[in-house]
Formats: sequence, structure tokens, C-alpha cells
Amino acid sequence: MIELILDPFKYDFMIRSLITAFASGAMLSLLGPFAINRNMGFMADAMAHATLPIIAVGVFLGFSISELGVPAAILIAIFLGVIIKNTNVGEDTAIGIIFSSFFALGFVLISLLNVTINLEDLLFGQILAVSTSDVYIVISLLTLVFLIVIVYFKQLLFYSFDPIGAEVKGLNTTFLNYLFLILLSIAIVGSLQTVGIILVLSMLIIPAAAAKLVTDTFVTSIKVSVLFGVVSSITGLYLSYFLNLPSGPSMSLVAATIFVLAFLSNKIRKKGSLATVTIS
Amino acid sequence: MDTKEVNSVNTPLIVSDGCCVHFGNIPALEGVNFSISRGKKVAVVGPNGGGKSTLFNALVGLVPLTEGSLKIDGKSPNEVKGKVSYVPQKDLINWNFPLSVKQVVEMGITTRKVSSLFNSKKTNDKIKKALQDVGLEEKINDNIKSLSGGQLQRVLIARALAQDSEILLLDEAFSAVDIGAQEDIMQLINSINLDGKTILIATHDVNNLEEKFDEVLCLNKHCCAYGDPSEVLTPEVIEEMYGSHTEQFMNKSHFRTEENNSND
Repeated sequence: MIELILDPFKYDFMIRSLITAFASGAMLSLLGPFAINRNMGFMADAMAHATLPIIAVGVFLGFSISELGVPAAILIAIFLGVIIKNTNVGEDTAIGIIFSSFFALGFVLISLLNVTINLEDLLFGQILAVSTSDVYIVISLLTLVFLIVIVYFKQLLFYSFDPIGAEVKGLNTTFLNYLFLILLSIAIVGSLQTVGIILVLSMLIIPAAAAKLVTDTFVTSIKVSVLFGVVSSITGLYLSYFLNLPSGPSMSLVAATIFVLAFLSNKIRKKGSLATVTIS
Repeated sequence: MDTKEVNSVNTPLIVSDGCCVHFGNIPALEGVNFSISRGKKVAVVGPNGGGKSTLFNALVGLVPLTEGSLKIDGKSPNEVKGKVSYVPQKDLINWNFPLSVKQVVEMGITTRKVSSLFNSKKTNDKIKKALQDVGLEEKINDNIKSLSGGQLQRVLIARALAQDSEILLLDEAFSAVDIGAQEDIMQLINSINLDGKTILIATHDVNNLEEKFDEVLCLNKHCCAYGDPSEVLTPEVIEEMYGSHTEQFMNKSHFRTEENNSND
């Protein structure tokens, strides 16, 4: 068993992949509980898809996807935030328009600029191709996201729970809104190589949703979400290594399996407590 | 002499002078004038869309005035931001978050300054005191999802108390709670008022206002009347507020009818 676990460590590319998988899994699932309780799944999906034109232009200019991470994330977050705030067509509709038109623009730019990108890798992730500098960048992004969440935890929680109350209390709600959008965008762009544009949502939403089913408090749900996220990404990578499966989809499927187990556990727990009430 | 009498010096704390708020071309408040003294317990009544919530939003600096002035202790709402406690309508809060009662009350102490994840003893004491004041100290670690509507309202009032401000605004404090819980909340408000706080409550319940409140502010985009409920709630004022739907209020004994006037 130990030999099996240590086997991937014989290869440098697997060590880099495992570190990146850990960082992506932790970063996305740390923000997941905020995102699901604020119903921001569609927004996060739009953020991931809106990266395509930036990646097309960036790669055309000679940058790697990781190097584009922070500037692309800030650009997308501010752009989405401003558009949603200033259009009166409804948040979902505005997100839908940005989502589809940016994704389409990305494909057109890739074709027009004749950019050499493996679209399958971009859409579903290709963690085995990460370089040493990519690893450093993803670790730095994880550290940045983690520290900012800790420093602004109480303010972000207040704003997420009661935005009007937070503004009345004198908190800078515009700053907190954009801060969270930027953090989310950083986590998404930083994880594109791990799980890809389409599957990044699964690593943001599924561990957090599973954690919510088996925990009672928000803080505990964050801890359990991070645990589920890391377990999903690392286990998915191991499955991909031993069974020769695509890495991104393997991670997503492990997360989905954890969710099913959490769902069943939640149902059993509820039935148990109902039975206790009936007996007493 | 009780605490309320000591604190209730008749100096105006909240003064609205021709206050107007417009949303685009639509008027929400027009030329509203009133002056509320310290320590008063005021009911703000009026129809839906009459401007009750808009007035509260203006008092906490959430919406700007288009004309007139609104002063709190001589300052504009933005200058005293964070010093007026506000209990919003419950449906404006994201109840998806599985927070503990303690976390919600702690928000009353949270400021824009970055603070440690761990509370100081002083902060914890403040939270406990606020929960004691609303009678929920034993629920401190409970999940808010396990509480009843009345208990949730009391948690939000505890959050406002933890803020330790002189003015407390409650928007629709009695909506979606049963009669027993309404009475509990009213008792709580009375005890907070005895501590000298000025309290404004937006409510749709116009029954027995003179027994519950010192003053009533009647709004229907403009100020229809302001003063002692037993004096200002005349059939004319009720009609000005509720138009054709006045019949249901007309037979209430607490309204000052012409017959009452002639007996005075």
C-alpha cells in the first residue's frame, strides 16, 4: 500500500502535479462555502469561461496560463462586477451574456491569431504538463487567497450574510464585493491547468456542497470543504496515474463520489434523529 | 424617577426638514418634516410603498436625499454611519449561511478595521450581555436555522444592541412572527427603551399604538401626521394614508373620532 502511494513520487512531473493538485483543491474549496451560500455557481462558471479570450491573447503574446493568472483574474472580476452592477437586465441574464459571448470570443481569437493551444487540455485540464514555475505560481496564489480570507474573514462573512447590515455598520461593501470576486477569479484562473475551464466549477462547488451536508456550522463547513477538495484532487490524480485516465475529470468524479456519500450520510443522520424523536 | 425620565430630555435627536428621496423620477419621500426627541419610542406606519423603509434607509445613509435635510444629533446620516443600529427586514438577509447565534451577534461589533479571527474577552462579554438582554444567552452556540421567527428577530435585536448605539431602527419587526412572539418583542423593546435608547419601528400593525408607543409617524410618501398616537390618528389621517381601505380602522376605539373630540 505504502509503495503504491509513493510510486508517483519517482517522477518529477508527478511531484509537481501533486503539489499543484493540492493547491488547486485547497484554494477552490476554501472559497466554495462562500460561493454556494451566496448562490454564485453560475458567476464562477462565467468567470472560468470568460478567461478564454485573455488566455488566447496572452498565449499569442508568449505568456503561460499561470503567468496570466493574477492580471486575468483581476480584469475578469472587475469587468463582471461592473457589468452586473450597471445593467438592469438581471444578474443571471448579465452573467449569461458575458459567459457565452466571451467564450465565443475566445474561440474566434484562437482561430484568428492562430494560437497553438490544446483545446481539450484547456477545457478539461492537463495537470501533468505543469512546469516548476507553474507550481511556484499556484502555491503563491494559494498562500495569497488563504491569507486574505483569514484577514478579512469576519468582514466577508458579515457582507455575505447581510450586505445591507454590513453597509449600515460602515463596512466598505464595494471593496468587499470586489475583493471576493477577485479571490474567486484568482482561484479559478490558478486552477485552469489542473481541472480546466469546464470542470473548475466542480472543484469549487462539489466539495463545499458535500461539506454543507455533513456539518452544522459555517466555519466547520469550510474546514471540511478544504479536506474534501484536497482529497478529491489528490485521489483523482492517483486514479489518473494508475488507471491512465484524464486527470481533471478523475478529480471531478472523486468529488462527485464524496458528494453522493455525504448525501447518503446526511439522509441516514436525519432518519436516525427522526427515529430518536419518535421513540422519545 | 425612572431611567427613561432621566434620559428623556426633550432635545431633538432626529430632525427631518423637507426631506425628499426620489428613485429616478419616482418620488419615495416628499417634503417630510418631523422632529424626534431623545428616548422616544416611535411607530412609523403607512401603506406599502409609503416610504417607511426608504426613510430608514435615508437615516442610515443608504439612500441619498434629493432635497431637504435629515440630521441625527446635528450631523448627516453619513457622518454618523455605524452609530445607528438597524434591524433590517428578515427577507433581506441571506439565511443560507449556517451561522451560530454568537456569530450573528458579533457582527454588531465588527468594524471595517481588520480584526483577529479570535475574539477578545471584552468582545465575548459584549456578545453575552446582548444575548442576556434579549433572553437568548442559552442559545449562544445554536445554529440560527434552529430558531423560530421570533427568536431570529431577537438575535437581530441583540446584534443591534451589541453595536451599543443610541438609536435603534427596526424595519417590520413584527412581520412573520406569531402574536406571542410579537408581545415578547414589544416587551423587549420597552426594556431597551427604558435604558434610554431612541427606537423607531416600521410596522403595519396600527392597533393600540397609543398603548405601545410614545409617538407615531404617519407616512404616505409625505408626512401625514406626527405626534401622540391618541391625538394624531384621526380618520382623516388614516384616509390620507390608506385611502379607500380605511373602513377596517374606523371602528377601532383608539382613533380620535369627532365624538371623542366633542367629549374632550
